[in-house]
Parts: sequence; structure tokens; C-alpha cells
Amino acid sequence: MSEPGLELYRKLYLIRRAEEAILRYYPEDDMKTPMHMSMGQEAAPAAVCQALGEDAEILCSYRSHAPFLARTGDLDLFFAEMYGKVTGTADGKSGSMHLACPGKGHLCSTAIVGSGLPVAVGAAFANKRLGRSTITCVFFGDGAMDEGAFWESLNAASLFKVPLLFILEDNGLAVHTAKNSRHGYGRIEDVVKAFDCGFYQGSGDDAEALLATVGKAAQDIRAHGHPAFLRVECYRYLEHVGINEDFDAGYRPRSDYDSWLARDAVKLQREKLLARGQGERAQAIETEIDQAVEAAIERAKAASLPDPSRLTHGVFSCAE
Amino acid sequence: MRRMTYEQALALALHQEMERDPTVFVYGIGVPDHKRIFGTTNGILEAFGPERCLDTPIAEDSMTGFGLGAAVKGLRPVHVHIRVDFLVLALNQLVNMVSSFNYTAGGKVKVPLTIRAVAGRGWGQGCQHSKTLHSYFAHIPGLKVALPTTPSDAKGLLAAAIRDDDPVLLLEHRWLYWADEEVKAEPYTIPFGQSRKLREGKDITIIGTSWMNIEALKAAEILARRGVDVEVVDPRTIAPLDEEGLLASVLKTGHCIVADNDWSFAGFSAEIAAMISERAFGRLKSPVTRIGFQHVPCPTVRVLENAFYPNAVTIIRAVEQKLGLSPTDLAGEDFYSHERRFKGPF
Repeated sequence: MSEPGLELYRKLYLIRRAEEAILRYYPEDDMKTPMHMSMGQEAAPAAVCQALGEDAEILCSYRSHAPFLARTGDLDLFFAEMYGKVTGTADGKSGSMHLACPGKGHLCSTAIVGSGLPVAVGAAFANKRLGRSTITCVFFGDGAMDEGAFWESLNAASLFKVPLLFILEDNGLAVHTAKNSRHGYGRIEDVVKAFDCGFYQGSGDDAEALLATVGKAAQDIRAHGHPAFLRVECYRYLEHVGINEDFDAGYRPRSDYDSWLARDAVKLQREKLLARGQGERAQAIETEIDQAVEAAIERAKAASLPDPSRLTHGVFSCAE
Repeated sequence: MRRMTYEQALALALHQEMERDPTVFVYGIGVPDHKRIFGTTNGILEAFGPERCLDTPIAEDSMTGFGLGAAVKGLRPVHVHIRVDFLVLALNQLVNMVSSFNYTAGGKVKVPLTIRAVAGRGWGQGCQHSKTLHSYFAHIPGLKVALPTTPSDAKGLLAAAIRDDDPVLLLEHRWLYWADEEVKAEPYTIPFGQSRKLREGKDITIIGTSWMNIEALKAAEILARRGVDVEVVDPRTIAPLDEEGLLASVLKTGHCIVADNDWSFAGFSAEIAAMISERAFGRLKSPVTRIGFQHVPCPTVRVLENAFYPNAVTIIRAVEQKLGLSPTDLAGEDFYSHERRFKGPF
């Protein structure tokens, strides 16, 4: 399938359906790993991974599901790791928060806010030095911008002029704390523009528009030999960690959710396809993914748990 | 063989590794400046250019993460800190990212990252320029920790660290930089987890780390004159640790002193004392004795600094106590100090 709108929909729908399956199966309590759900934040990972394809090398936070699935598309690895099985990415050692598959372009997910940023700078430095066409893409929330690692990484990436795309998934919250309680500056745009770094922004409701924006950012990175920064305004549908809504907690109104849901990225992309007369192809993708998700969960459930002897494997690469 | 100092041995090992493998690069605050990290990066900028010999922003934590990313993606970074104390700023990346990166990636990646840091001492280094902290790092699974004492070991352990596919910290004592000896000029590596007997003896074992081996050798020299035969064993790497090598020495002598270049409380010396008592309890002629820094921050003024650091005299008195000997007359003995530098031989 080469039609970008359909391919983008495939990524969006895959992420959404995989997470909806988590909502259904998590209460069985067999996926024993804290879930930081991506729901509502699918568009940026989908657009970035589609725009860059095999050239995308990604790092992300503990909100790892959308970036992982957007990059690898691998439901088996994903669900097996959630269930802690030997067929997962790391024998269940990483779970949801540390999900990684370097062999498939997903370098790491980190549970320490902002800690993937400097690693991304180094990875991009190596890619540049070794003449690879890769663009390293690091996803982070606006809470990460409060960390020193963010400012240090923005500085170092601009100084070393590395092929790196910063992707700020700006959902306005650090856990439950709003920006105005945390930021001693105005628009991040003005700050980033002071560095030798391109700046782009878009909205998490329109994945196709983002796809075009990522393309421009990538062009900027390649043409000017410097990093770029993409701010994506988006909305976290569920609680910080867990599979439930939390509008009753009082820190944000349900009306915000309603307004984002009305222009939900998955729905919006589907509507675009329908308007283009591609409804049947969209439906075929949905059917295929629905079956694939259920099949992957079945295989993950049936797979073996790691033998306790696997505990010591992988601490060092030199000694097995 | 060529006569060279510890710092020259480090510079030569780095040069040889960079020549051998184009993916090796060295970086850190001040690495290419005119002082060249006490001479340990001498000639590197000239030979390999600024692409492989980089200065960095003063951002220790992020520059550690930077090394991790570069290592995972196929380079072999050597990150240098002019003081171990500065490395503390990098604990998040070291402890949360570097150490567990391979584990959470399913054991499928390599993290060939070498971190060098210098432990300062003397002339007012004070509480923020004098730490060694090796037990901090060795406590974390996934990190390897080396503390070379001699120029030969410095050269071989740095080369081994650079070639190793896992993260390695090399902690170097500033006072050892002046030591020189005959060192094999051609490239070689020293395997991790192999202790080295710096002095053969039969009466008592001193397990020393870093500079404390020099103090132990001095103590041994003085005690030998009254017929006490001290064995000095240097673990060289504390993670991995050569338990068998250390144990063999203690089983032979029946007495063990751990002279650690660090605070004793909750430190490496406690780890060794525990290991020896677990594995050699019935064979010990006396309980394990630990010698380390006084449990206070390192002071600046000399007279207090002298009271802070243990030395050869501390070791001699401990040996006498363990063996039931009268105090040795130390009048006229010449001990090492900041002014009276140890230069060898080993």
C-alpha cells in the first residue's frame, strides 16, 4: 500500500485498537506493568514514523505504546512484552515503561522524565559520524522541558549539529500539573528559535497535516545539518498512569476532552478517507488489524513466561 | 619496554586504541584544552583532529547520555572527567540509563562506553575535588569499575575498557600520575576480574585500592626490616571482583587488612570484609581490619587533611596490633606526601 493517507490510517488505527485491547484485557490482571496510555496522542508518532520510514530511529518516554507501534508495527512483540513472555522484546524485563527494540528502530523508552533526550543526541551524533541517513526522533512531553536534560540536550544537539528531531508532545500536563505552574517562560517557540535548531508545530488532531510538517522538518535537518524541533499540541484522553478517565479529579474539565474527541485524529483520518472514496480500503485495514490484535493477544497469552535462569541474562553483553 | 609515567601510559593507550579503531573518540570538559587532563590526552587532538577529540558543554549528565547513545549506535566513546566528584552529576544517566540499557533491550545491544575520572587529593582539594566513590558505581549491576594503581595497569586496563562491549568506569588517583616504571610500549589489555599481587608475603594480607596500595607497599617495606612479611594484593577491578585471588591470599596468611581509598562505612572495604568472613571465617587468625578515610567530608586545611587520610603509618599500626607486635620506631622514616611524590618503582 503506497497511498500515504491510508498508510497513516493504518498506523493510527493499529495504535488505537491495540490500546483498546489493553482497556479490555488489563482488568484480567495478567499484564502486570504500569500502563501510561497513548490514547489521544497517536498522531505525532504515526506521522513521524510514516514520514521518515526506515530512516526513523526513535526514543520515547514511558508513554511508549504509540511510538513503539508506529515504528515497529509489531503487535506480537508488543503484547508479549506486556504479558512478560519470552516472545516479547526483553523477556518481560522492560514491560510497558522500558519498551525497546533497537533492531527495529526503537532505541529505548525511559521511565525517568527527559532521560532519553541526551541519549538521542549521542545516537544522532553516531549516525552522522558513521554516514547513516537516519534521523533520530525523540518523543517527550512538556513535563520533560522542566528537566535540565532537556536544555542540555537542546544545547548540545544545536552545538554538535546532529540529525535529530525533537518531538514535543505537548498535552499541557506534567502528570497532573499544568504548564503555568511549571514554566518560567512564555512560548517554547521563542526559546527554541534562539538555538541553531529548526522549529515546527502542528496539532495532534490532524495526522496528515503533521505528516507534511514532519517532511519539512526532515528536509530542514538534512539541508541545514542541524536539529529540528516539532511541537505537537495534543490531549491525553486517560489518566497519567492507568486505563481510566480521571475527569472527576478536578484538575481538568471534561469539556476539554469532549472538544478534542470531536476532532479525534483516528476518526478525522477515517473521515478524510471516506471523503476520498477510500472507505472500503479503510474498512479492509480495520478488519485486518482487528483480527491481528486479537491473534497477537492470543499468542502472547499462550507463550511461555521466562525461565528464572533468564534473570541474569543481558546485564552485560560480554558475558552470557 | 619503555619507561613512562602513569599519565603517559594512559595517553599512549588512548592513542593506540584510537589508531587501531576509528570508532573510538574521546570527549569531555577540557579534553582538548592546553592542559590535556593532566597530560592524559596529550597528542590526541593533533593526531586525530577535533572530530575525535571533543570539548563539551558543562553538562555531565547529558554528556553521559550522549556517550550512551553514541555507544549503542556503533561508536566507542571515552568520556573524561577531571574529578570523580563531577561524575556525581551524571548519576541519573549512569544508574538509570547506562547500567540497564542492555537489560531492557533484551540483552541485544552493546554499550562500549568508557568513563575516566580522576580522584584528587592534597593542596586543598577539599570536599568537592577529592572523592573516589568506587563503591557507589560498583553497587550498580551493569557497570564495571577499574582502579589502576601502576602505569602498566593503567595502560592495559584503559585499553581493555575501550575494547569492552559494556560500560566501564576507570577511576585514577591524581597522585599516581607521577609514578613511572617500565611499561610494554606495544598495545595490550589486562582482563577484568584479575587481581595482582604487588608484593608477595606470608604473614599478613593487605588488600589495597588505588593510592592505598602505595601506602601499603611503604608499610610493607618498613615492616620487612623487622621480619614481618606483608603481602599486598590489588584487586585492580572491583566490578568484576577477583574473589578467588583475594581469598587465596587471605587463606595463606590468615590475616586481612583492607586499605581502601574511600570512606569505610558502607564502602568497598565492608564488601571485602563480608566476603572474607563468609568464605574464610574458620581460617582467619584475626577479624578483618578496615582502613579508610575518616567519616567526614574531606577538609581543605593541611593539618586536618592529614588527619582525614590514612597512610602507611596507619597500616603499620594496624599490622602491629593484629600480630601482637610492639610499635615500630618510625623516627627518620620518609613518607609520601603531596610534596614528596611517589615515583616508583613498584
